Amino acid sequence: MTTLEKIPSRQMTGILVTIWKRVKKIPPVYLIFLVIIIGVSYLNPNFATLNGMLLFLRRASPLAILAIGQLFVVASGGFDLSQGSLVTLTVIGSALIIYNNEENSYIAIMILLGIGIIIGLVNGVVVSYLKVPSLIATLGMLLLVKGGGLYWTGGAPKGYLTENWRYFGRGFIENVPVFGRFPVAVIVFLIVVVIMTILFHKTNLGKQILAIGDNPRASQLSGVKVKLIRIIAFLISAFLSVVAGVMIGGYGGTSILAGEGLEMQSVSAVVIGGALLLGGKGSVPEVAIGGLTLEAIFSLLNLLGLPKPYRDAVQGLIIIGAVAYAAITSKRRD
Amino acid sequence: MAQDLMTEKEPLMEVRNINKAFPGVQALDNVSVAFYPGEVHAVVGENGAGKSTLMKVMAGAYKSDSGTILFQGEIESFNHPVEAQEMGISIIYQEFNLLPERTVAQNIFLGREPAKIGIVNLRQLNKQAHAVLKEIGVDSMISPTALASSLSVAEQQLVEIAKAISLDAKVLIMDEPTASLTSTEVKLLNDLISRLKTKGLALIFISHRLSEVFEIADKITVLKDGQHVGTVNTKEVTSEDIVYMMVGRVLDHYFPPLGSSEDFGDVVLRVKDGSNNFLNSVYLELRKGEILGIAGLQGSGRTELAQALFGVVPFKSGEIELRGKPTAIKNPFWAISRRIGFVTEDRKAEGLILIQPIRDNMLLAIRSLQSLFAFIHQDGIRQSRNMVSALGEQVDIRVDSYGKEAQDLSGGNQQKVVLSKWLASESEIFIFDEPTRGIDVESKARIHDIIRGLTKQGVAVIMISSELPEIIGMSDRILVMHEGTIGGELPAESSETDIMLVATGQNNHRTSSISVDPERGEK
Repeated sequence: MTTLEKIPSRQMTGILVTIWKRVKKIPPVYLIFLVIIIGVSYLNPNFATLNGMLLFLRRASPLAILAIGQLFVVASGGFDLSQGSLVTLTVIGSALIIYNNEENSYIAIMILLGIGIIIGLVNGVVVSYLKVPSLIATLGMLLLVKGGGLYWTGGAPKGYLTENWRYFGRGFIENVPVFGRFPVAVIVFLIVVVIMTILFHKTNLGKQILAIGDNPRASQLSGVKVKLIRIIAFLISAFLSVVAGVMIGGYGGTSILAGEGLEMQSVSAVVIGGALLLGGKGSVPEVAIGGLTLEAIFSLLNLLGLPKPYRDAVQGLIIIGAVAYAAITSKRRD
Repeated sequence: MAQDLMTEKEPLMEVRNINKAFPGVQALDNVSVAFYPGEVHAVVGENGAGKSTLMKVMAGAYKSDSGTILFQGEIESFNHPVEAQEMGISIIYQEFNLLPERTVAQNIFLGREPAKIGIVNLRQLNKQAHAVLKEIGVDSMISPTALASSLSVAEQQLVEIAKAISLDAKVLIMDEPTASLTSTEVKLLNDLISRLKTKGLALIFISHRLSEVFEIADKITVLKDGQHVGTVNTKEVTSEDIVYMMVGRVLDHYFPPLGSSEDFGDVVLRVKDGSNNFLNSVYLELRKGEILGIAGLQGSGRTELAQALFGVVPFKSGEIELRGKPTAIKNPFWAISRRIGFVTEDRKAEGLILIQPIRDNMLLAIRSLQSLFAFIHQDGIRQSRNMVSALGEQVDIRVDSYGKEAQDLSGGNQQKVVLSKWLASESEIFIFDEPTRGIDVESKARIHDIIRGLTKQGVAVIMISSELPEIIGMSDRILVMHEGTIGGELPAESSETDIMLVATGQNNHRTSSISVDPERGEK
């Protein structure tokens, strides 16, 4: 301790250097998110309030959850393009099962989670055992689920979603200290983030997902059950798609377009969250923020008065730009 | 020092005061070397000494930060490898650039095919390719119409050389041309190099094998930490001198002492009549505490044997006994859970997860034995940190942080990471496939010490190597493979000649009664 007292100024610079090093290590997605939030708040002062924030989070949570599911597949070296159509199926399928009877709501959610697990399993098995590239396999599944869902409901949504089903997407818990009313969707979002962060970053499963995304051959030769891990990644993605589907239906009501294009939005969110699109690198909290950031970008475009097609164009730019940025700055050597 | 060696001849190519820095490292520091026509010039040094960087600067793949390149007396500045190539400087990289699904002829004349109005004249193409192959004397070995993917590593190398010759190369640079060749193939390459030498080419090659450097090089340039230590005439120095120049000290031994009889225990692994698509009636016994060396030519089934013992490509028939119990090794996971470890030949493709931290590489195998949903720090974060640093010290990895990505390590350190992965999973049978390929002298000695140290703890080791000195220096018994089977067993410290006789099928002391048709291997 005596040395510390002798040279306090050096100690101070040391601390400052450490702080600066920490700041430099902050993932860029947090800074991007902050900048866009400031931009939105400037254009719409209501947004900057606590309530405005919570409403934004309620709207953005489903996309962030989808992005986390997508991350599991992307980190393992694949893509899941069936997410969007599974969301649609969740919404229109639930409406059909509930058939205007509140008592059926939770059964509907259970059935849809079951269907989600089966779809994830099929995706995983087709990719692992039939060796179909995931892009093709899940694109096929997208069409299959979309077509199957429409056939099931007869081409148009039937029934309506009851209030208790929609609670998860748009409900509030009243009389919460400090917040007043707190959106249920945000609670679901926080639970998903915590569980998935632990699963991805703190368990063998997460480490093995990254390993097979990095080098499946080396992983296999180190005893990793590559096929099983890959199937689990698709299962998690499909499961979270149904969770997001319940929230999206709750927020927006029945529509056969409920999940349209969400698979590309979740891929964009994964990219914004700094994950490598070719697998092997990614972080759950950062990808969750990536999902929120993408939703905030959409809000910004709205406030600027740009028409909806700009969303797609912006997404395209984000994907190409972010991947190009990652490729240029990547240290990966040949 | 280079100036002392100036002869009457003008240098064909010369680099002067070359500097090249990469983030965090000065790869080349004021390096000046001259290369003369009709000379074979070896460039040696430990990994990270700057050899490959120098070659890439000369071939236009890198631009130096400062310094000049002279070619035939003129100052040149290459912006692209193609510019250097057109000038007559060709480089053959360690990883070849042949297109696997094209023929030899198409590869040689890629982008320069003889054509009329855009249609390739195939007959003309094959004829020209044949002429080039004939010029370097390999036309009887390689057909212009063979697919590149059907060729052995050595043959692919010859095609690369043919391509360089067809480009009218005056300077031919080869980055570790012999790293994956067997000794007969090395001899073939050396013959070719001597022939090219008499044609007045300047031949430059990087090598880690000093014995062959002394065999064919006229001059040796030693680099260390990006600096030019010296250029010497091969005739005037010994290999000890060169090693001293490379590492800055004398290495007192290359190999640890062999095992003694009290080290050896029971047979832990026995294979009887093991066969699959690549292997034909293999018999072997592996005892506790011994190093069983496996020699053989490229394609004799060495790697396939390792893959069968590890369950990657299992035996289809035959009997296996593991620790006295009959069994079948079905897949790598099964093998690992029975405490078998496999240090693969190609560490980048098969050994490492390159963009993951060192620590996750070390723990990869042991984690796959644990439950999928178990926490990575199930015994506390301190415990796992201690485990990682203990492993690091055991294999002597020198890094500032175990959070560093595996791809950022030198070859020697990478190999140590792969080794520590199997130490972590407490393997009792280790299979090494080319354990020291392409790594520096110091790491090599360290890895040899570690392997011998393992046997002292009762580990049984199978070590495959195409470097005969390594086989002889390390093995307590030597099995020599020939055409997919064990051609014969030789005692410790057998001579290179003995091993080569068995490897080439010219012996008469086979362990198995299966006779191998000697005509089968002829091309």
